[in-house]
Amino acid sequence: MSTQVPETETEAETEAEPAGESHQERRMADKAARREYRESEKKAEAELRAAEESVHLKVFRYDPEVEDKQEPRFDDFYVPYTKGMTVLDALMYARDHYDSSLTFRHSCRQAVCGSDAMFVNGRQRLCCKTQLSEMAEPVRIEPLPHQDVVKDLVVDMEHFYDQMHAVEPYFQSEDVPTEEQRQSRENREKIKMSTRCIWCGACMSSCNIAAGDNEYLGPAAINKAYRFYMDEREDEEELKEHRLRILEQEHGVWRCQTQFSCTEVCPKDIPLTEHIQELKREAVKNNLKFW
Amino acid sequence: MSQSYNRGLVEDFGRWKEFSAGMWAWIFHKFTGWVLVGYLFTHIAVLSTAIPAQQGEMVTNSAGEQVDVYTNTLTLLESTFVVRLLEVGLLAVAVFHILNGIRLLLVDLGIGLESQDKTFYASLVLTGAIVIASVPTFMAGIGGA
Repeated sequence: MSTQVPETETEAETEAEPAGESHQERRMADKAARREYRESEKKAEAELRAAEESVHLKVFRYDPEVEDKQEPRFDDFYVPYTKGMTVLDALMYARDHYDSSLTFRHSCRQAVCGSDAMFVNGRQRLCCKTQLSEMAEPVRIEPLPHQDVVKDLVVDMEHFYDQMHAVEPYFQSEDVPTEEQRQSRENREKIKMSTRCIWCGACMSSCNIAAGDNEYLGPAAINKAYRFYMDEREDEEELKEHRLRILEQEHGVWRCQTQFSCTEVCPKDIPLTEHIQELKREAVKNNLKFW
Repeated sequence: MSQSYNRGLVEDFGRWKEFSAGMWAWIFHKFTGWVLVGYLFTHIAVLSTAIPAQQGEMVTNSAGEQVDVYTNTLTLLESTFVVRLLEVGLLAVAVFHILNGIRLLLVDLGIGLESQDKTFYASLVLTGAIVIASVPTFMAGIGGA
């Protein structure tokens, strides 16, 4: 782990310096942090020895703000394995015990927030949902492909969010409903899977077309549009037309070439390709009129 | 998407070992499509020798006989082993493109999307079977047969 704080200097130079109050405090804090760090690393070593199994992680590292880290590289971490450990757990262990500068997004740790989609062993996966026991070693963890890397495993999601918002993912009926808006069971079933999207961006990252065409809405956004287009509670003809017009543009549904990459990687098992195909058919039906 | 630096194999074809069935189907479909387009041009080139042949243009073939240009071209091509091999290849490419095309039609109609990988494998196997069965026909009268 080349990113560690060098641990050679400490005592000697502390004494030579003429210490101002705040300076000294800062230095003491630094020292305390370093000590804590060394201790946690020792602890990790002990735990690693005590553990029956350990897992070898190969983690992508890159930091444009530090000169020595601008060249992307892979760092190795050995993490003691406990039963039920996920890839995210292992990453957190590595960060907490070996290298506090290891950067990645995570929040709920239960596949709901969608912030820890990464490229694990050659596939877009949600780290908190991926059991380490199912991964071949060394477990190679990289940031999502086809997105700009901000630092280490963090990618820039701005473009993804732009595409999500581009399909206007909200009900837009003009008149305020006077009574409770009920949805039939059948309709609920129809859109059920599409509502499960957690905006993790795995699908968009796996899509070859989205990689080559920045304007393509992408599977997630189209799925979002599907969710609103198919919802019977928004039944105005003009609104349906309006939604279709967004989707049937050059960079809309027709860019999909049914690779099934998105469907394959979706951590929520949303049948994305199916939804995109259905919207294609809707678009055709809407434009082909023989009468 | 533009990259601020080179991420190595993350984003290119070097990851082919990790491709899934649908991805392979897509790549093969593109590849066979382009091969068929390329074949069309050579096909036109060969067939266009029929025009001077129609106007009575004759050439002397390897055996010293006078034959028309078209017949000469075709017999020459058909007596070459490589051309026979290419013909088998052409059949393979065309059959796969047709079968996968049917698969894509079904996908477009929303039929059997859950088993898209199985239909891809099926079209591969079927292509292989048809091509192998065709070899005796294509190789007839050449190289020992």
